[in-house]
Amino acid sequence: MSEQALIERQPRERIGKAGRVLRRILREPLGAFGLALVVIVVLSALFADVLTNYPPTKLAPADRFAPASLQHLLGTDHLGRDLFSRVLHGGRIALAIALGATGLSLIGGIVLGLIAGYGPRWLDNLMLLLFDAIKSFPTVMLALTLVTLTGPSLLAVLIVVVLVNVPGYARIIRTQTLVLKSAEHVMAARSMGASTARILTVHILPNVIGPILILASMDIPVVVAIEAGLSFLGLGVRPPLPSWGAILNDGFVNIRDSYWIVVAGGLPIILTTLGFTFLGETLRDVFDPRLKRRE
Amino acid sequence: MLRYALKRLGLGIIIVSVAMVMLFAMIYVIPGDPASVALGPRATPEMVQALRSRMGLDQPIWIQFLRFYFSALRGDLGTEVLSGRPVLDVVFEQLPYTLALIAGAISWSVLLGIPLGCIAAVRRGGFVDRVIGVLSVAVIAVPSFVIAIYSLLIFAVALQWLPAIGAGEPGNLASQLKHLALPSLAIGVGWVGYIARMVRASMLETLEASHIRTARAFGLTDRRITYSYALRIAILPTVTLLGVGIGNMVSSAVFAEIVFARPGIGKLVYEAISVRNYPVVTGAVLVTTAFFVVVNALADILIGALDPRVRTSFD
Amino acid sequence: MTVLDVKDLSVDFATEAGTLQALRKVSLKVPANRIVGVVGESGCGKSTLINAVLGLLADNGAVTAGQILFEGKSDLVHLDGNGMRALRGQKIATVFQDPMGALNPVLSVGKQMRDIQYRSGLPRKAKDALSIEMLRKVRIPDPERRLAQFPHEFSGGMKQRIAIAMALLMRPSLLIADEPTTALDATLEVAIIELLKDLQKQIGCSVLFISHHLGVIAELCDEMIVMYAGEVVERGSTRDIFHNPRHPYTKKLLACDPARLSRREPRLPTIAGTLPDLRNRPKGCVFQARCELADDACATMPPDSALGASHVARCWHTDETAGAAA
Repeated sequence: MSEQALIERQPRERIGKAGRVLRRILREPLGAFGLALVVIVVLSALFADVLTNYPPTKLAPADRFAPASLQHLLGTDHLGRDLFSRVLHGGRIALAIALGATGLSLIGGIVLGLIAGYGPRWLDNLMLLLFDAIKSFPTVMLALTLVTLTGPSLLAVLIVVVLVNVPGYARIIRTQTLVLKSAEHVMAARSMGASTARILTVHILPNVIGPILILASMDIPVVVAIEAGLSFLGLGVRPPLPSWGAILNDGFVNIRDSYWIVVAGGLPIILTTLGFTFLGETLRDVFDPRLKRRE
Repeated sequence: MLRYALKRLGLGIIIVSVAMVMLFAMIYVIPGDPASVALGPRATPEMVQALRSRMGLDQPIWIQFLRFYFSALRGDLGTEVLSGRPVLDVVFEQLPYTLALIAGAISWSVLLGIPLGCIAAVRRGGFVDRVIGVLSVAVIAVPSFVIAIYSLLIFAVALQWLPAIGAGEPGNLASQLKHLALPSLAIGVGWVGYIARMVRASMLETLEASHIRTARAFGLTDRRITYSYALRIAILPTVTLLGVGIGNMVSSAVFAEIVFARPGIGKLVYEAISVRNYPVVTGAVLVTTAFFVVVNALADILIGALDPRVRTSFD
Repeated sequence: MTVLDVKDLSVDFATEAGTLQALRKVSLKVPANRIVGVVGESGCGKSTLINAVLGLLADNGAVTAGQILFEGKSDLVHLDGNGMRALRGQKIATVFQDPMGALNPVLSVGKQMRDIQYRSGLPRKAKDALSIEMLRKVRIPDPERRLAQFPHEFSGGMKQRIAIAMALLMRPSLLIADEPTTALDATLEVAIIELLKDLQKQIGCSVLFISHHLGVIAELCDEMIVMYAGEVVERGSTRDIFHNPRHPYTKKLLACDPARLSRREPRLPTIAGTLPDLRNRPKGCVFQARCELADDACATMPPDSALGASHVARCWHTDETAGAAA
């Protein structure tokens, strides 16, 4: 087959593959359920402005503590803000942080993992020790220390997530790099004088990136949980910005009289984490059944 | 065995030391002077300067670190800014509450997770297995603080089955256990899922092993093969999992203590932040980190005690 | 008296790609106090045969026809789980191939040996005494101390001897040995064979000895069975089969045994062709695709032709194979 033909064939094959994966996900009841939840969460965050007329931060003291009704689908909070609107707009923040922080963690994990796996032995050992040390801080304790010093902010949430995720990713990349380092095709490339950068990007990275992407997709619900948790503690997203965790915090104070605020804050967290987890589990089984054994 | 244990503890000490370097570096690198943070915005420059020299912040960085490190080794984590009490005392006062909470969570997760995992393994592929599988994934996915708040709403506020806040009357065990039930379940329920999945997977793997076939060929009953011959091996990864999970449980405990207004390390740190009581924060973080590392090492040593193969390979 | 009498046994496995006929019309007899060898390539159904006798077929496997008579009376095919369990380890004991994995790694040898005796109702001390006696019989030095040790503290050869001790603990009337020496090196193999021979005489049990090693079978067994693709193609006294093989497969198998080659061959002989697909068995003789004598007759299932007192071959052409020893 000519090179031209290869290039032309590729896109169609890729679509075919994506279609196959989608079909296999939909065949699993749990995968289909997860995918549906994720689609709903993503769409409702994207079209938040279309789906509701209430601005998420607009105060309406007259409407304080209104239970769910046709006007306010999920009720209002202690400042009269519409909870449905806050939930939808909170979804934007949750998803943006989940994707951004996961992406940053991936980049950090891949770079550090390649260095640890391909670099000299002492550097590898030192980095492993650092990873172990970082992992020995309980996540929330790390966040609390950080926020004590920087004050609550989105940036703090981002840093916490990256610190928590990077060691795990780096470790996996490192192990696979170590294995590949002495693989035949890498040895061959090295003997032909390929530069380290080329070996890492062309010969090693494509082979190690698959499993890490699946793992990262499974970490999205964890990141959602961290953001919501820190915001619940008042250490993350700052008021008046809407965040699911912040809604929980608002409602928690008034849990005895206005239960719907807590319900409104918790439901999207539950649906999002369940959706991404079910989808991630199914994806993993479809792509790489071997990963399943590791648990 | 002893050498293995010492080796493992030695590694733990190194990890804690590195963690201390990082904690120290973080405090140092991050903008914001601990002394002015501690005194708040209304402090005069003279007051800040005085506190800086009292805290040793005017010394070179490596002296500061060594002082921090060695006084921490001696158990001196500094004094609280306002009351002047030693931080270690304050932390140890709260520690038992958090330990009880985590012990409760582990009890829930082990007592429910291991039997569920066994049942799922024995009925693999069946309806019961699928239900346990889906539920396990679900409880792992949902964050523990949401479970804590919802269980508070349902069982304490709406149904009023269990008390909502506090740790119970001192000295009254029944009352304390009642107060422990909900928060420890909120932390532990996710771990029920983890352990059930883990036990199921390692149980299935173990049941395939050829020594299980030998046991069958010798006419041992299925019950003995499953619950004595296979479970004893299948349970080993659970110990490691719990050891690693302690850090996660400490995180969950912070939320549970705040949600259920229980005393404990988490609540201590949280409240210390709001009044900028910064030595308490670092002290408590250090103690929990050390606690986590020690538990991790103990889990590995326990594995050694339970698994004769590990035990001798390190002798 | 016949200890084990398998008659026309067929076993099927349900697989995703269709029904796999693992055993077809397998017949064999293990007389009292005899050692019977089973020989065949991997995949010929030796393990399925053992599992069928022990009632340990995988969930997707089932006996579709035939009988397994034990000590002349109970048909093991129709015995329920409890009845079968009462025989296993007590009357029928097994030594498996892999000595490394055959013992439970987290239980002491003594505990595992006690557990085997759970039906005896003896006090713990008596059970341990019996275990020690048995370990001494298989020549484990210092058995009193060794009883408290764990499997990984023994060498491979010792583990296999412990496995034999465990198998013979309840003085079974039938010992099934599934390639017990394959995983061991040559010197250990000889020692284990000698030991088995010795113990078989002492205890007076029968042995069904599975191996792909013809030399071991010749050395150890009174009678032997040749299996190919789930069928017994030939059986008889070891002497008959080695000196007067009548099934073309047996002939070729013997011709391939390096120990029997008269001179150094530059290349070891092999049997041309491959095993038939057991999901799609050929009609008639199972060996026809690889057989030089195959003709139209072989398209129908050959009968078990009786050639001597106990010598039987499943072939249409036994007349043509007579006399020509390999």
